[in-house]
Amino acid sequence: MSVTVRIPTILRTYTGGRAEVAAEGATLAEVIEDLEKNHTGIAARVLDDQGRLRRFVNVYVNDDDVRFEQGLQTVTPDGAGVSIIPAVAGGC
Amino acid sequence: MAVQTVATGSSTVDLGPAAALSCRECGHRVPLGPVFACEECFGPLEIAYDFSGYDTEELRARIESGPANIWRYAPLLPVPANVADKPNINPGWTKLVKADNLARELGVTGGLYVKDDSGNPTHSFKDRVVAQALEAARAFGFTTLSCSSTGNLAGAVGAAAARAGLRSCVFIPHDLEQGKVVMAAVYGGELVGIEGNYDDVNRFCSELIGDPAGEGWGFVNVNLRPYYAEGSKTLAYEVCEQLGWRLPDQIVVPIASGSQLTKIDKGLQELIRLGLVEDRPYKIFGAQAEGCSPVSTAFKAGHDVVRPQKPDTIAKSLAIGNPADGPYVLDIARRTGGAVEDVTDEQVVAAIKLLARTEGIFAETAGGVTVGVTKKLIDSGVLDPAKTTVVLNTGDGLKTLDAVAGTGLTATIRPTLDSFREAGLA
Repeated sequence: MSVTVRIPTILRTYTGGRAEVAAEGATLAEVIEDLEKNHTGIAARVLDDQGRLRRFVNVYVNDDDVRFEQGLQTVTPDGAGVSIIPAVAGGC
Repeated sequence: MAVQTVATGSSTVDLGPAAALSCRECGHRVPLGPVFACEECFGPLEIAYDFSGYDTEELRARIESGPANIWRYAPLLPVPANVADKPNINPGWTKLVKADNLARELGVTGGLYVKDDSGNPTHSFKDRVVAQALEAARAFGFTTLSCSSTGNLAGAVGAAAARAGLRSCVFIPHDLEQGKVVMAAVYGGELVGIEGNYDDVNRFCSELIGDPAGEGWGFVNVNLRPYYAEGSKTLAYEVCEQLGWRLPDQIVVPIASGSQLTKIDKGLQELIRLGLVEDRPYKIFGAQAEGCSPVSTAFKAGHDVVRPQKPDTIAKSLAIGNPADGPYVLDIARRTGGAVEDVTDEQVVAAIKLLARTEGIFAETAGGVTVGVTKKLIDSGVLDPAKTTVVLNTGDGLKTLDAVAGTGLTATIRPTLDSFREAGLA
């Protein structure tokens, strides 16, 4: 499955400044694994030492927050858009 | 007085005692700039200060002789020393109302106070945080002021931008209360409804900030969030100064993202560290609406992570289902011996009416949440009625008239004395 991943500003040092990159994978976990192959170091920023999503990272597959879905096992259909977003924005 | 200067591009800016940005999660430090998330762990960045060289009594005298707004605390905020001379909305120094009638109703004997932030320029506490963000926006050379908002913030940003002569363009959920839409739109900036809830709006703004279309935009609660959030410290400063430089024993704070509660704690800790108040225990309580209660749910379950919820409550200004500072709220409530509780929408409405009936203060739904939770915590024995207690009202009831829409005429009579007597009004 080929997906498009939207990269937040603070991770663009790993993607050569690109805001969007392509990745392969049938689940979010596989997509992150594939990202790591092409953009070494990015997985450690998104995942903690136990391989879980860091608590201040939000990931959306299309319009769905993966925390309301199956987390890292959320299915990433062909052509899906994946967005990685810092969770600390907003509110007061 | 410690003053830091920061080079941004070709210019140098003055942000008073602000020294750096520090990650609350991992401690990673970066220079002051329009960034909000840690490049190492995504944790929230917050302002680290250099308060060295402050003499306690000199500082106290300087504050007390300062303007009757938040700039009296400029030495403790990320703003230049001459901030009061610049066009800003100058919020703060709102009333701390001794609520004796409400205290009697609730059985509080140790002193009950309402910090009434409906008295700010756009009638909510948001003016405090936006005033800070405006100074940061100026420092970093932004030309458009923006935000994601549940309504109150949109108005505050619109007003601040108008005063400062900046463009504003703010984003809100499309189905907000009509009053809040009008109060945001009237300042003449652009107001955009997003088809979705607040979390969707927030996500959109986070994406816009990384896009060339968002170039030159200062989002007060995204890329300016470390500066903006510090404005909530002024609630803590004011409460203590208004109590005669004394910490309250208990303070009840509404929770949306949780930032306000964490900054109130930070403000209280700073006052202790600077010797402006006596170091003694205080408890911080968080208040949510049941229909959006991710933090109180986690607190009551003993969890230290907050599971996001889909909001469904009349308290729309608190309807953040994925609260960024939720884990820190849990830490603070537990550290201070406080609690996090929630109330139903019916209890929110009853609390709005209770506060209005007893103290003549018309709170918006968020104020109904804090008063409702205060009552619930007293009834359950969690909040000690013999202690000095401060309850925050963060906004004006005129913003959320729909919540009390059933309130109306006592009677309709003919313009005659007989009719007056017949209605039992004599």
